[in-house]
Amino acid sequence: MERELLFITVIGEDKKGIVAKISNFLYKKDINIEDINQRIMGDGYFVMTMLVDIKNSTIPMEKITRELEKIGKALELRVQLQHENIFKMMHRV
Amino acid sequence: MTISVEEVYETASMTLYQNLDIRTTTLGINLKDCIHSDFKVFRKNVYDKIFSNAVKLVEQARILEMKYGIPIANKRISITPVSLIMESHCAKNKFIQMAQTLDQAAADAGIDFIGGFGALVQKGLTKSDRMLIDVLPDVLSKTDRVCSFLNVGSNVAGLNLDAVNLLGGMLKQTAEKSKNAIGCAKFVVFVNAPEDNPFMAGAFHGVGEGDITLNVGISGPGVVKNVVAQNRECDLTQLSEVIKRTVFKITRAGELVGRELAAALSIPFGIVDISLASTTAAGDSVANVIEAFGIEKIGAHGSTLAVALLMDAVKKGGAMASGNVGGLSGTFIPVSEDEGMIDAVQKGALGLDKLEALTAVCSVGLDMFAIPGDVPEETINAIIADELAIGIINNKTTAVRVIPVPGKKAGSLVKFGGLLGTAPVMKVNPFSAKDFLKRGGRLPAPVTSMRN
Repeated sequence: MERELLFITVIGEDKKGIVAKISNFLYKKDINIEDINQRIMGDGYFVMTMLVDIKNSTIPMEKITRELEKIGKALELRVQLQHENIFKMMHRV
Repeated sequence: MTISVEEVYETASMTLYQNLDIRTTTLGINLKDCIHSDFKVFRKNVYDKIFSNAVKLVEQARILEMKYGIPIANKRISITPVSLIMESHCAKNKFIQMAQTLDQAAADAGIDFIGGFGALVQKGLTKSDRMLIDVLPDVLSKTDRVCSFLNVGSNVAGLNLDAVNLLGGMLKQTAEKSKNAIGCAKFVVFVNAPEDNPFMAGAFHGVGEGDITLNVGISGPGVVKNVVAQNRECDLTQLSEVIKRTVFKITRAGELVGRELAAALSIPFGIVDISLASTTAAGDSVANVIEAFGIEKIGAHGSTLAVALLMDAVKKGGAMASGNVGGLSGTFIPVSEDEGMIDAVQKGALGLDKLEALTAVCSVGLDMFAIPGDVPEETINAIIADELAIGIINNKTTAVRVIPVPGKKAGSLVKFGGLLGTAPVMKVNPFSAKDFLKRGGRLPAPVTSMRN
């Protein structure tokens, strides 16, 4: 089965436990993390991006989004899940 | 291929903070094959074809919203111009019943607007076209979702002044019959109307189109404003470049969603219309983009140059991004739907005359503006005719969506609510062109039409 890659974007204030909480959730749902990056942007925001493969996920994308939103709310962060195609279309000619 | 954190952040920010959305996914549906001599069967055919396709559109759009994290703000339907399919059922009550059928099909499928209750009359009016204009005050005031258009001129036909002369009276009646004159917000009069425009109220499924087509409208004034605000010092050439680059990206997003949606519905993908279109949401304003250029308030001298630059950069960025750019593609400047426009009118920066000048370089025309209810119908016709003359002579689409509000004077405020916003009632020139318009007839097509 082909990989199905999505980006998780986490935006907000840096704090302890962000990576732990999200990766723990992903592990439980059999979602594989392919890549992680993080940076403090020029505007002062902490931004973390995770490239994940959901081909073996035990829950559908809709549910992953809802669960991630819950985690984001608890940590006071914005969390967004988007299929990688949109980034390819927008940023690569 | 790797995507950098900055790139992911840029895209995510557009939807999270800058109101980027797919403004509309509009399914164009041909209704010519629904025509039947038995009017009951005809209506049932129309209902069934619209409902079955619209339900699928709503469902698939929801799935794609989730996949890409981009809101699809509106799901809409455009249909074959109704006067065409009603030629052999040309009776007032039948027109009204057909409008009710369209309204019902849209409501049952969860569609907010269905466009195409209109006619193409650039050269002349058929019996059915006249009947359609006749029933419009009832249709626009008694249905919730049905939108109407008329195309009254084109580069090759000229301007049909006889058709324009029917509109002031029609609009005043519509205004009287509907709360806050809201019915008028669902009617647009055009010249050079595109047959694949996905934006309401003027969308229709042109006679040159296939059976069913999906057209997508993408917007994003908030995104453009953000990039302009980050480039306060650059010159006009560079400003144009940064806008082009941003518009390129958002157009590509529209193309991606449009193509996937069309594939999921097993129908051909039509066009992506990249039009900066304001909404009443804070920060989603085209006027704010112009102000970020360095203009104190839209309407100030310098605004026409600014809109021209914005419009051209949007078109160039869109054209580079997709081979399917169509519709109106450019910039809308509706008054009631844009907080910056409303503010400019209230502060006296923007009047009807400057608004008309701006429309000479923007993509549509005089849009969503209110005037006092006691403006004579001939003056409304003259406002429409002036705007449309700009389109005919300059080889472009222009349109008018005017709302004469009964009992209101210039300076008062009319709240429409929802997507339609709040309109400050604008002052109208009190002098008359009555005797000129009374001449009727047709403005000959401009010399640019003789290219064959």
